[in-house]
Amino acid sequence: MTADSSSLAWIIYFIEEYGSLFLYGAGVTLLISLSGTVIGFVIGLIIGVIRTIPMDHNTGAITRVSYKLLNFLLLCYIEIFRGTPMMVQAMVVFYGAAIMFGIHMSALWAGIFIVSINTGAYMAEIVRGGIISVDRGQFEAAHSIGMTHWQTMTNIVLPQAVRNILPATSNEFVINIKDTSVLSVISVSELFFMGKSAAGTNYRFFEVFFIICVIYFIMTFTVTRILRLIEIKIDGPSVFTIHGSQTVPEAEFRIVNRE
Amino acid sequence: MDKIIEIRHLRKSFGSNEVLKDINFSVSKGEVVCIIGASGSGKSTLLRCLNLLEYPTSGEILYHGQNILEHDMTNASYRTKLGMVFQQFNLFSNLTVLQNCVVGQVKVLKKDKASAEKTAMQYLEQVGMSQFINAKPNQISGGQKQRVAIARALSMEPEALLFDEPTSALDPELVGEVLKVMKSLARSGLTMLVVTHEMGFARDVSNRVVFMDAGVIVEDDVPEVIFNNPSNERTREFLKRVLED
Repeated sequence: MTADSSSLAWIIYFIEEYGSLFLYGAGVTLLISLSGTVIGFVIGLIIGVIRTIPMDHNTGAITRVSYKLLNFLLLCYIEIFRGTPMMVQAMVVFYGAAIMFGIHMSALWAGIFIVSINTGAYMAEIVRGGIISVDRGQFEAAHSIGMTHWQTMTNIVLPQAVRNILPATSNEFVINIKDTSVLSVISVSELFFMGKSAAGTNYRFFEVFFIICVIYFIMTFTVTRILRLIEIKIDGPSVFTIHGSQTVPEAEFRIVNRE
Repeated sequence: MDKIIEIRHLRKSFGSNEVLKDINFSVSKGEVVCIIGASGSGKSTLLRCLNLLEYPTSGEILYHGQNILEHDMTNASYRTKLGMVFQQFNLFSNLTVLQNCVVGQVKVLKKDKASAEKTAMQYLEQVGMSQFINAKPNQISGGQKQRVAIARALSMEPEALLFDEPTSALDPELVGEVLKVMKSLARSGLTMLVVTHEMGFARDVSNRVVFMDAGVIVEDDVPEVIFNNPSNERTREFLKRVLED
């Protein structure tokens, strides 16, 4: 390959020479963003549930104060991690852990850790939004049949809240796939880092990053399609089957959705 | 008579707005009591105080003589004794019709799934909704939703059922099917406390009618007296207003 070879020739060259490296990078990107999104979702779910615990007339003073304190700490976590760039967090956590605590994380683990707590901070507010957007009547109906707050949350409210925040979660996932690129600052060998190395070695930036761009898009597009399918699966069929029939007990009618 | 619930000097304020002012009232086993009155008179708040969806500001709620507000029993276990039917149905939208009637029995009453489903089917049949057990709430009509909501409350086998304007959110042509179910429940001897604007139901089905106005119980008597010969001027005016149209 020479400097005056066509871009197309360069692209083919890079795919042939660096294809497996790029795929490895894409794999690392997917690994970090998937585990980051899942762990972040769990963190967000726990915090969202804690932050919506109702305090009523029965609550003792000590519980009330400790709850306020916990809530304050959670709020600090949310505000700090939402309010600073992930790239900067990566630097602070990766080098900070080594210098201050003598913890030498591998770049990959540091990456997963940072993406998780970052996503957790966003998801906490998304989950809280999902919970408070569930109709008051659902809580009241659950309470009226004697469910405790915890039973109400696990059986009635969270299933609805999680369904409602799935689009926002898939948003987070897509953002994570793209934003893991900032982890290249701590030398995580994800897709962008691989691209940078290949481009730097050959001084061909457009061709390499064009390929990288296509790979990113394939990943994000696939992920959004899969999550959309999960949404449809959760929603269940839009028709239901009539149970029994007075004349023909084994008959099954299918009723088309009213709405 | 065996009093299931007795209320003494109940008050409820929202901020500086006193919605219930010194309510004294009781419901005995097998009674069908209708609470009538203008919007904002405190009917729904009274009902919601009864099963602690609103917490009273002061007063006593006695359940078989036990003061609920003194924590003789937990709020949750007390609430299982009183079923509630809401104006907006409030069916659990993530669950099917059958699951709506089963979830409370399994999670709260700790019944096994098979016997819970059997109980649920029995009550769904009673309200004429057994064909729709596989439907989700958004797939059925308002009247059907309310009938399922009644079955859900009955599945918990409560001692009394509270109805908070059960037909007010329904299209006029769907009111009848819900009232029909309620009438048959009343005839079966279920203890019912019904906040309603359906004067026909109050007059024909109930044993007692309570008229509320501005946060107080103005009159509490058998329907014949309330509708034909009310002793209070406010009752007379209210009935004249609602029965005219």
